[in-house]
Amino acid sequence: MLKPMETETAQSPAAIEQPVAPETIRLQPSRGFSRVLSPPELWRYRDLALQIAMRDITIRYRQTALGGAWAILQPIGFMVVFSLIFGNVAGISSNGLPYPLFSLGALVPWVFFANSMLLGSESLVSNAALVSKIYFPRIFIPAGPIVAGFVDLAISTVILLAIAVIWGYPPGVAILTLPLLIAIAAAAALGVGSALAAINVRFRDVKYVVPFAIQLWLFITPIVYANSSIDQPWRTISAINPMVGVVEGFRWATLGTGDAPWTLIGISAASAVALFVAGLAYFDRVERSFADFV
Amino acid sequence: MAEIAIETHDLGKRYTLGVSGRGYGTLRESLVEAVKKPLRRGGRSQEQPNQLWALRDLSLTIENGEVVGLIGHNGAGKSTLLKILSRITEPSAGYADVSGRVGSLLEVGTGFHPELTGRENIFLNGAILGMRRSEIRARFDEIVDFAELDKFLDTPVKRYSSGMSVRLAFAVAAHLEPEILLVDEVLAVGDASFQRKSLAKMSEVARAGRTVVFVSHNLAIIQALCKRGILLERGEVQADGTVDHVLDRYLAELERASEADLVEREDRDGRGWRQTLLKRVEMIDPSGQANAVIGGRPAKLVIEVTEPMPGLECRATIANSLGQPIATLDSEISAPADARDPELGPSIECEIPTVPMLPGRYRIDVVVKANGVYQDGLQGATFFDVEPGVMEGRPMPSHGSEGSVAFPHSWRLPP
Repeated sequence: MLKPMETETAQSPAAIEQPVAPETIRLQPSRGFSRVLSPPELWRYRDLALQIAMRDITIRYRQTALGGAWAILQPIGFMVVFSLIFGNVAGISSNGLPYPLFSLGALVPWVFFANSMLLGSESLVSNAALVSKIYFPRIFIPAGPIVAGFVDLAISTVILLAIAVIWGYPPGVAILTLPLLIAIAAAAALGVGSALAAINVRFRDVKYVVPFAIQLWLFITPIVYANSSIDQPWRTISAINPMVGVVEGFRWATLGTGDAPWTLIGISAASAVALFVAGLAYFDRVERSFADFV
Repeated sequence: MAEIAIETHDLGKRYTLGVSGRGYGTLRESLVEAVKKPLRRGGRSQEQPNQLWALRDLSLTIENGEVVGLIGHNGAGKSTLLKILSRITEPSAGYADVSGRVGSLLEVGTGFHPELTGRENIFLNGAILGMRRSEIRARFDEIVDFAELDKFLDTPVKRYSSGMSVRLAFAVAAHLEPEILLVDEVLAVGDASFQRKSLAKMSEVARAGRTVVFVSHNLAIIQALCKRGILLERGEVQADGTVDHVLDRYLAELERASEADLVEREDRDGRGWRQTLLKRVEMIDPSGQANAVIGGRPAKLVIEVTEPMPGLECRATIANSLGQPIATLDSEISAPADARDPELGPSIECEIPTVPMLPGRYRIDVVVKANGVYQDGLQGATFFDVEPGVMEGRPMPSHGSEGSVAFPHSWRLPP
């Protein structure tokens, strides 16, 4: 939709005060891809992006009694329940790890992914007042919960590592792959979350589908079980689910055991990139009509 | 600087009604308000019955530094135009070229988050309005001073009274310094003294050489702030020129509308339940003449509705020709002399023993309720003239005097 008629020049904040010739933008009906994938446009609105992310971080646990503790209570809660239910069931291999540790290592990235996707999918609708009253690149809205999720993820990862060290499973150098694994999870969450948010603007059915889909997704991801307990070729094919590589990678990176699951990580990374590109492309196509429908 | 701030060429905005709207959110609200009229009138719905043009073939040029007032009935397309210019929504046809940084103020307090403190909201809201962090920081103290809220800066906004949050929101907005400012009906907030302050701030902005496009139903504010007026009617420009000329034109349109059968009017208040509709509103002289009364003499306001309903109540606001309210007659605030009369049928009568008004032309906005349920409302339901008369023996000036009200008084003067 935006076609700068003059060459864009990077403006420092101070330059705003100067009587520089303002650029002219043409507002017209648009086709195809336009905004999300326009870095100058995203950069121009960086201050707003920062404020939205800070808002999402600030309000996440405001007026909750336990505050930031929720970041770890959710994965710990799952861990306790899964350990009680699945930990003692014969035939569930936990790669030789204590079952609580085995499941927590997977739950920490999973909770980040699931919350980011859930909050992301609701974000455009819950920010309808913003979307219908002000212009900015809309992608900031579903991205906000992911940025806020990083804070939770940092807290819960540190606690996971502490528990692992105490239990006698200190991480090795593999821990350096964590940023990559988190990036894969974030890319998948943003791709899926932003597409769902865009659909939610038109069809509120999304609100009912997402919590249900997340539960199903949890079980097709090797969280309560190990990926190694699946027969080939499905063991490898299942990594099309980007969370397979993330979860198996996270266990390997934080608990310091097992072989590097590079094949899974590679497939999952490719899949996450595909979801990211497809999700943002769809978002970009429909972004222009959000204000009319939200 | 470019000479031209905004130029539109055959700009159009089409909304699709129906399935996609399905009862959710702002589309429905804005459409019911903005676009239903042309549909009902049947003029604008050529291609498909559910496709409506909120704006059509709009070509305008606004130069740098111009302060323009956009005038028109509800649903004329004013807000749609501002939404396109502020990039919230895309046009469906034509284009608009906008030169300069645009700040839009379509609502006071957009993006305020109730859980955040006043301080946090200033930064968030400032960024939403397009300010850089450094700008907000530089003006932070000014904003807090303007809002008069320094004691509550670290209190969550949800604990603010509505007046306080509005003050904070306007304070942030008032310190926005874009090259082009788009403002939609946001001055009518806060108490009277804050409104005065806001208005002063707005006229300061208007004088500072910025381009301002301003929407308000308060014609006096438009007249005070703007030099140029643009009258929109059903998505098209009806008049464009000096603000006085365009206001005259608009008032004439309003009057013409008031001559039409009230039941047929399409600019009704969207909130009405509409089980009964306003049918006739007249200010009647004792001689029986409608809509011409004499100052200082009695008059009777008659409001007729289509269906008699139990518990009818009425509120009539009398405004001067610029739309500034002078008095409100409200039957819900009762006096011992009020009575319910079964003989009246679907009519409400209001006796005015003495018309306490100076000569001039006045307008009545009417709202009817039945058993407390809002039924119908019309702005400019009728117009009436007050002819010069005598107030307790004192002749009224025929015209040209200041003010609108005549009240009994007597002087004691030294010899």
